[in-house]
Amino acid sequence: AGGAYWVDSQQKRYVPVKGDHVIGIVTAKAGDVFKLDVGGSEQASLSYLAFEGATKRNRPNVQVGDLIYGQFLVANKDMEPEMVCIDSSGRSSGMGLIGQDGFLFKVSLGLIRKLLAPKCEIIQELSQLYPFELVLGMNGRIWVKAKTVQQTLIIVNILEACEYMTAEQRKQALAKLSGN
Amino acid sequence: MKATPLSNCERRFLLRAIQERKRLDGRQCYDYRNVRISFGADYGCCIVELGKTRVLAQVSCELVPPKPNRPTEGILFFNLELSPMAAPGFEPGRQSDLLVRLNRLIERCLRNSKCIDTESLCIVAGEKVWQIRLDLHLLNHDGNIIDAASIAGIVALCHFRRPDVSVQGEEVTVYTPEERDPVPLSIHHMPICVSFAFFQQGIYLLVDPSEREERVMDGVLVIAMNKHREICTMQSSGGIMLVKDQVLRCSKITAVKVAEITELIQKALENDQKVRKEGGKFGFAESIPNQKITAFKMESAAVDTNDVEEQAEEIITKAEPPSEVFTTPILHTPGTAQIGEGIENSWGDLEESEGEEAAEEEGESEATAFEWQKMEAEDTSTVVETKRDEPIVVSDSEEEEVVILEPQELPRKTRAQTTPKQETTTKKAFNKRRKKKRAAH
Repeated sequence: AGGAYWVDSQQKRYVPVKGDHVIGIVTAKAGDVFKLDVGGSEQASLSYLAFEGATKRNRPNVQVGDLIYGQFLVANKDMEPEMVCIDSSGRSSGMGLIGQDGFLFKVSLGLIRKLLAPKCEIIQELSQLYPFELVLGMNGRIWVKAKTVQQTLIIVNILEACEYMTAEQRKQALAKLSGN
Repeated sequence: MKATPLSNCERRFLLRAIQERKRLDGRQCYDYRNVRISFGADYGCCIVELGKTRVLAQVSCELVPPKPNRPTEGILFFNLELSPMAAPGFEPGRQSDLLVRLNRLIERCLRNSKCIDTESLCIVAGEKVWQIRLDLHLLNHDGNIIDAASIAGIVALCHFRRPDVSVQGEEVTVYTPEERDPVPLSIHHMPICVSFAFFQQGIYLLVDPSEREERVMDGVLVIAMNKHREICTMQSSGGIMLVKDQVLRCSKITAVKVAEITELIQKALENDQKVRKEGGKFGFAESIPNQKITAFKMESAAVDTNDVEEQAEEIITKAEPPSEVFTTPILHTPGTAQIGEGIENSWGDLEESEGEEAAEEEGESEATAFEWQKMEAEDTSTVVETKRDEPIVVSDSEEEEVVILEPQELPRKTRAQTTPKQETTTKKAFNKRRKKKRAAH
């Protein structure tokens, strides 16, 4: 028999899973390793060399408090989770240090999965409002950057409200905004 | 757990937003978040929600001997606790700076302002007085704990009823709530704290900071005032240097805010009183709404139905006629009919053992027998004659060849409903031919 079962759940507390792409906040630099907060019970470790094009001489310019988008290499309940910013072929494929501007906020895990679904309506409708950059972490963290502070705030508030809004309410809200 | 660190980009963004006079939730600089007060079933129990910050307050009383240096006064005891469910950084049993500061503020606001008449709490001087205990629990931390806590505290104290007491000479009688209605505390005024967060060395000022704003602020000024514009306590923390004008401006803003909040409190207390008197339902089960993500509650909106008919007719005339729908089933053989087009079997290659095959045969025969019964119920006009030897392909599945069981006889004229028991006995007379492609063979 066989077959995969997908159980959908609703929660806000993240548990690290191998292969998940998450946004981490750098809390410490210890020797050869960065310590990142990913929202789990333990901090994840990220090696200096796990970036694209990083060598012992050419270290990435990462400070405490910066945002990193990476994936879990090791994540189980017995060990400290480990992250990397390169995939198996050594390319970064979008991972690495996230830019200085923009805003980070937290939503529930269910909403993230909804947004990551292919052809997500919410993202398509929002992209017709203003251009913006968006990074979604499976740990519930979203990073947004738009041209102005006002636009960024609007996108943040709409994404947070999408948790509880029906599609109709969302369309109405966006219609009002694009009318302005 | 360790508290979530604040990232650099959040800090930068928040400070930029504040410079542009924008707040995360769209408020103005001097706006408060929504204050919601709900009462529990017991007297003296309430929950105050200031935006998403939630504080639970409970007042209780006990008869104790008074303090030796104050024999004619009752005792007040205040306790604020930061529950670990409020924020990941809060741990039980750890006395943090924040906790000490908040407790001190609550004490100064409620005790030193003498808002509660402690002399009225005395029953027998030097022997028995009431000890009133106020417990505040923080349930969710989204900034500005002190404001929410002070509102919850004073509301709970106003809501509380203590047992009635009568003293006759040496005898003291404490009546139960059933014997005599409990009596409210004697409260002179309602002090309420208002917080001001300062940014960029005092240039920018925000009232009622949220949790993110509190993380990036330089310092905070808390002013406790009542509606008579009397300042009960004032505290500035964070080491910011404040100018006289700023402090005066803050106190003016406080007066306005306190007036609004006091009015809200009065209304809430009156509402609760009315509901209890009229015998209606009260308590948290009624006042705190069920917040379900899956339950979308939409308020009914009035719909203008004046030209609905015209619109509907317009739509109908403009629409294309519906595609032909085949309502009659196609009868392959007596016993099996097909309605619509079948789709491929999407269960994948099912490997079956010998035992399962037998069960499946039974299952399939039952299924076709049921279809036969369905067929009997429908009045079919056309009957397709098929050769018995030919296998009839029903589904497009490449994995199996499904062969339809052929009954030997079909009573066409009698329309009596065959019972399921009859079906099973006639099954045994069926010829079964089954061919199955098996990967193993």
